Amino acid sequence: MAQNEFAPWDDPNEKPLISFRNVTKSFGSFVAIDDLTLDIYAQEFFALLGPSGCGKTTMMRMLAGFEAPTKGVIELAGKDIAPVPPNKRAVNMMFQSYALFPHLSVFENIAFGLRRGDMPKNDINDRVEEMLKLVRLEKFAQRKPHQISGGQRQRVALARSLAKAPKLLLLDEPLGALDAKLRQATQFELMDIQEKTGTTFVIVTHDQEEAMTVASRVAVMDEGKVIQVATPERIYEAPNSVYVADFIGDVNIISGTAKQVGEGRYSVNWTEGQAPLTAASERPFSDGQACHVAIRPEKIAISAERPAEADNAVQGKIVDIAYLGNLSTYYVEIPGGQVIKAQSANTRRISRRTFTWEDPVWISWTATAGVLLDQ
Amino acid sequence: MQRFALIFVPYAWLLALFLVPFIIVFKISLSDIALSIPPYTPTFDNGLAAFFAELDFENFEFLTTDDLYWKAYLSSLRIAVISTVLTLFVGYPIAYAMARAPEEWRPTLMMLVILPFWTSFLIRVYAWMGILSQEGFLNQFLLWLGLIDTPLIILNTTSAVYIGIVYTYLPFMILPIYAALDRLDGSLIEAAEDLGCSRLQAFWLVTVPLSKNGIVAGSFLVFIPALGEFVIPSLLGGSGTLMIGKVLWEEFFNNRDWPVASAVAVILLLILIIPIVLFQRNQQKQAEADA
Repeated sequence: MAQNEFAPWDDPNEKPLISFRNVTKSFGSFVAIDDLTLDIYAQEFFALLGPSGCGKTTMMRMLAGFEAPTKGVIELAGKDIAPVPPNKRAVNMMFQSYALFPHLSVFENIAFGLRRGDMPKNDINDRVEEMLKLVRLEKFAQRKPHQISGGQRQRVALARSLAKAPKLLLLDEPLGALDAKLRQATQFELMDIQEKTGTTFVIVTHDQEEAMTVASRVAVMDEGKVIQVATPERIYEAPNSVYVADFIGDVNIISGTAKQVGEGRYSVNWTEGQAPLTAASERPFSDGQACHVAIRPEKIAISAERPAEADNAVQGKIVDIAYLGNLSTYYVEIPGGQVIKAQSANTRRISRRTFTWEDPVWISWTATAGVLLDQ
Repeated sequence: MQRFALIFVPYAWLLALFLVPFIIVFKISLSDIALSIPPYTPTFDNGLAAFFAELDFENFEFLTTDDLYWKAYLSSLRIAVISTVLTLFVGYPIAYAMARAPEEWRPTLMMLVILPFWTSFLIRVYAWMGILSQEGFLNQFLLWLGLIDTPLIILNTTSAVYIGIVYTYLPFMILPIYAALDRLDGSLIEAAEDLGCSRLQAFWLVTVPLSKNGIVAGSFLVFIPALGEFVIPSLLGGSGTLMIGKVLWEEFFNNRDWPVASAVAVILLLILIIPIVLFQRNQQKQAEADA
């Protein structure tokens, strides 16, 4: 994947395009953004991910210029942008509601920003044609926004925000109004356009799958703070906290106390009368420290007999089965009453499923499958 | 059957309260003046044939011979147009401020706009006489401030008529514009600014075009009644203010010439049909745009 080679955040010589330095934004007594420091690099596709009310939209509105930080500095290409009004920023935004001008045609909507500058008329027409071609809407240039479909409107909004070739494009829940199929197609289209235009994209979303698909890096936010910033793979495979592990995808959390048993290996006491779990961790834990083992359901194997060579194996009982078509999720109750989710691909037809309700089974996983977390 | 019953009600209403009176007025406009009760001939006493034989258009011809009438029509048109524009200029900022006001204030502001309707229209116009007269509150106030030495003559001029019309019809301008501005999606203004508009440009390029329907509706709601306005020019305007509503009144009650007065009314109605039809079309277009 190209994204693996593109990693300016690992290069200490690279200058960030945007940097938030100790930015705080409060509305009255409510703190929307809490002392936040973050760098975003040129040509990144950066996702701000979090539940509603976590401050991600406020961050975007500060970048667009609709809100000013209460404290701290936001720099764009090394310059403080606080005194620059929204209409003078080399930043464009694609609104969640698309905010297309209902009284203007698709063509005029896209030309709107260009007409505010001193661009000659012919160049404007050429640029709009180019944008229409980019989003494949050439045939709809003369339609009004209410005469086209939701997906087409979304593309008009994208074309309009890209027309002025901004340094930075902000996308506020851009695909929220589209149905699942169209959303998937559009995600790839967005990535394609981002690559073609070389624009830096910052996308706000509460849909973790969307963030994982499109982004070069994801910032997981909660209550005005960034909890973790990393590539989608690292966010998923190596979350830094239970919050992130739980927010991204499905996860089982088993809490216990850690005890070092070797170089980077720990045993975790999790319930009375059960063998401790084994987990590998780069993060150091002291003996007796409270810890959480986070394991993704797809990394847990399920079998009728105790597997011979598993680092961790626990016996339990199937209490529920969720059939998802391509996958089945088994809900297995283990000693202590906790229910663990184990997922397996349905490579066989359903009638030949091995396990059913109330079956006693063994669940197992390797020492490196889980992540050991301290909070 | 049920559907028929449903549309029958409004049609019966229109028939009884609009079409029948109009036919009566139209019939009178084709009659001749007479010193009798009712003050015109023919009546149905002599049979239908004789009745129809006596009807003619000479009252309408009479209207063209005396320049009072067409001057009054033109003057009414001018006053109605100017006062509509004035009302728009006063009403738009008020509607804009209302739409921008905090949510919890809006019902109160709306009530304040409608509040004058709780008092009789006549009393309010008389109150303006007290304000605008030479000894009135306005002149007293300006004299007290030292802005003027001698009282201004406002009452009994066309200016007083403009003031009266703007005051009376202001709510009809504010409410449709407010409704249009209230529906305006705030993110459209932000989008315009994001794309390089200054605040003022965003207002002209987005806010004004999107409140166009409200402006048009409000303008017609002011223009249509202002054109036939009678009370305001006769109470606030002097003898110099010529308006067709006043002429109509004088024909009916001073000259007791019902046929000519009816002819004046019929022409006025024909003139009004044009803006009414335009207004209806605007409303329909808006309804379609909303759908």
